[in-house]
Amino acid sequence: MFDSLSGRLDGIFAKLRGRGRLSERDVEEVAREIRQALLEADVNVKVARSFIERVKSRAIGTDIREALNPAQQIIKIVHEELVSALGGETGKLAVSSKPPTVILLAGLQGSGKTTQAAKLAKLLKSQGRHPLLVGADLQRLAAVEQLRVLANRIDVPFFSEGADPVAVSRAALDEAARLGRNYVIVDTAGRLQIDDTLMAELKAVREAVQSHNTLLVIDAMTGQESVNVAVAFDEAIGIDGVILTKIDGDARGGAALSVKEVLGKPILYAGTGEKLDEFEVFHPDRMAGRILGMGDVMSLIEKAEQTFDQDQKDRAEQIMRDGEFTLEDFLGQLRSVKKMGPLQNVIGMMPGIPKEMKNADIDERELGRVEAIICSMTAEERLKPALINGSRRSRIAAGSGTTTVAVNNLLKQFGAMQQMMKQMGVMGKVMQKKAKKGSKKGSRVTPKGTKPIAGKPNFGGLGRPGDFGDLSGLGDFGDLLGPK
Amino acid sequence: MEMLVVFVLILVVAGFLGAVTLRRRGSLQIEQPSVVPSTAEATPDTAAPVLRASLKERLGKTRLSLATYLRNISGRGIDESVYEELEEMLLLSDVGLPTTTKLLGAVRGKIAATQGATGEDAVAMLRAEIEDLLLVGVDRSLKTRDGAMSVWLFVGVNGVGKTTTIGKLAARHTTDGQTVMLAAADTFRAAASEQLTKWAHKTGAEIVKADEGADPSAVVFDAMASAASKGIDLLLVDTAGRLHTKHNLMSELEKLRRIIDRNPGALQEVLLVIDATTGQNGLEQAKQFAETAEVTGIILTKLDGTAKGGIVLAIQAELGLAVKAVGIGETVTDLIDFEPHEFVSAIFDSED
Repeated sequence: MFDSLSGRLDGIFAKLRGRGRLSERDVEEVAREIRQALLEADVNVKVARSFIERVKSRAIGTDIREALNPAQQIIKIVHEELVSALGGETGKLAVSSKPPTVILLAGLQGSGKTTQAAKLAKLLKSQGRHPLLVGADLQRLAAVEQLRVLANRIDVPFFSEGADPVAVSRAALDEAARLGRNYVIVDTAGRLQIDDTLMAELKAVREAVQSHNTLLVIDAMTGQESVNVAVAFDEAIGIDGVILTKIDGDARGGAALSVKEVLGKPILYAGTGEKLDEFEVFHPDRMAGRILGMGDVMSLIEKAEQTFDQDQKDRAEQIMRDGEFTLEDFLGQLRSVKKMGPLQNVIGMMPGIPKEMKNADIDERELGRVEAIICSMTAEERLKPALINGSRRSRIAAGSGTTTVAVNNLLKQFGAMQQMMKQMGVMGKVMQKKAKKGSKKGSRVTPKGTKPIAGKPNFGGLGRPGDFGDLSGLGDFGDLLGPK
Repeated sequence: MEMLVVFVLILVVAGFLGAVTLRRRGSLQIEQPSVVPSTAEATPDTAAPVLRASLKERLGKTRLSLATYLRNISGRGIDESVYEELEEMLLLSDVGLPTTTKLLGAVRGKIAATQGATGEDAVAMLRAEIEDLLLVGVDRSLKTRDGAMSVWLFVGVNGVGKTTTIGKLAARHTTDGQTVMLAAADTFRAAASEQLTKWAHKTGAEIVKADEGADPSAVVFDAMASAASKGIDLLLVDTAGRLHTKHNLMSELEKLRRIIDRNPGALQEVLLVIDATTGQNGLEQAKQFAETAEVTGIILTKLDGTAKGGIVLAIQAELGLAVKAVGIGETVTDLIDFEPHEFVSAIFDSED
């Protein structure tokens, strides 16, 4: 549904090819595209406007002639601005010199306060701290029970005694002192920012506990309203930081930028799933990529770097260049990719993969079967699959506990992959030549490492192979990662 | 068998890594951009706080007053700025750019055909466009069968207010003298069934539930059997909130549907609950849930805030799914029918 920003900007710059500096009019056109991308990501209209002004002032006069790809250059500027807008001061919980440190969670209904309270407690506990969870949401039916169950599950003491939220919170401080807990996490009822009575109550709770960290919990799916919510909560209770929840969905999460811009307070954590350990420190760079629809390439590379060893990287490089590819290589890749976690998650981080494929039901056991088949081949067979005749097939099937049909399928699919790789290799060589020429002339070169996947090879029934076109941004995006 | 897909993906991941490594080493001898300023020098640290303050100030003043846009526009003749302001107003209501552009395109067309049109005319035309969009032959009634059990299945992402909505609907129908049963098929979230049980007590509805972590399809199965034998009029099935991107959770929903469908014709409504503060992701939610669970209508919750829930315009324009009820508060009676005129007024006639 979303075109990535890189795709759109590529379109604009195709028209500008061969020209030098960006004129003001070009920048206007670019700014419109950026605005569209930000709005699709739910960045507040007004926040988007001021953000774009900053990007514009940097982009005007940028020398695109020398840039290897002007679209990517602009994206780099946008990306950097986003990172600096989302990051800024590093987010850390304030620690009270006199324990307990009090953390107050506030937000709209359904933003995920209760779950985040438990997640935060779990995180603090794992760091050797001693949290107390306080259920001060007396509004929603069974909210207190929900937190009690969660507290039990992570083995953290829970407190919720008192007639009203203020009484509960005040008594909780005494309870923390009695139990010797050094962190108190207060979960409050969800409320609308325009509900004066409930906002006054929240203010009273805040006064009563004198929280050291008053955190706004906000849903990544929130639309334009995020700004009003942030401003109103800040006015009422003074927000120190933000927890962004439900970023495991496909919302682009522009609310993060909106909230950060109007509050100027750090986004501390991000909720990444329903389970209590799906909670992490907020990464501005990753969020920036996400808002721009670039996929979570950073996390992917981080993961890949951890799992692929140097030999494999060298080999991958060689494969890319020559297009020669054996079953042995495939086995290595398969194993490394498996190590990176569930394949579905890995794919989820890749930009430009069509939704149909992201949603494809992937049976991880199938990977094990493939591994078994290749392992049942001799070293020679792995290098030259053509050797594998009927009797060898039966042997491999028996050895791997599969059928000859499965072996045949694997070989056939491997053949298709080899074909693809060859084409990539050819393109790689072309690219190399082009790159050399390009460096002399200083003209626009698009060395799109993964581009060949986009065009030629037939994915036979994969749906829309053209969607891989977006991967084109990838190769260039590599620049953002700063080849040092 | 999606094996080839998997293979290709592995290849892509590996190939991608190769490309990055290649690039990092400079094996392709690509010229590095020399003009790109470094992050450090580029970040206008000094300017940012000033900008922030003024932005906040501005938002503080206008956050409740989309009406000021309209007042501005109304007194003027038609120029590009009128469209820009109308666009901004719609965008601020979460209508989203594609639908906004479509609506304004229609207004432009009409303005062009009108001699001496004013800003006021533009506003009126836009209003009419939106009402037309909302009114196109849709049935907003919540369906029940006479003399036989009706089942309504509630779906949606986490935290949109499914359980509360069910509570309100249970109250409405028990007050009408119908027998209502609630099925607590959200067995995932801690204390979800307790929450629904409290609603059952409050409204005098029956409830079928299971322990946390139990199979939701078992709950639905039991509820279907129990409701049938007790001659229940209306069975409301609560499900766990799930992000539409979680494939296995979405298939679970399909399964629940199949179980209900064993009693042919019983399933009268599959209602997608959407939070009015939801932004553009709402459209994707609606698409995915519609595909998996064959959604029959939308319930828009939390519309008592300042959020306008404009995403339902996009949902109706693109998917033809209509809003059937609106949640406006936390008490039992805070669920009302969706009135297109009222909704449009909410977008256009915000008070200061």
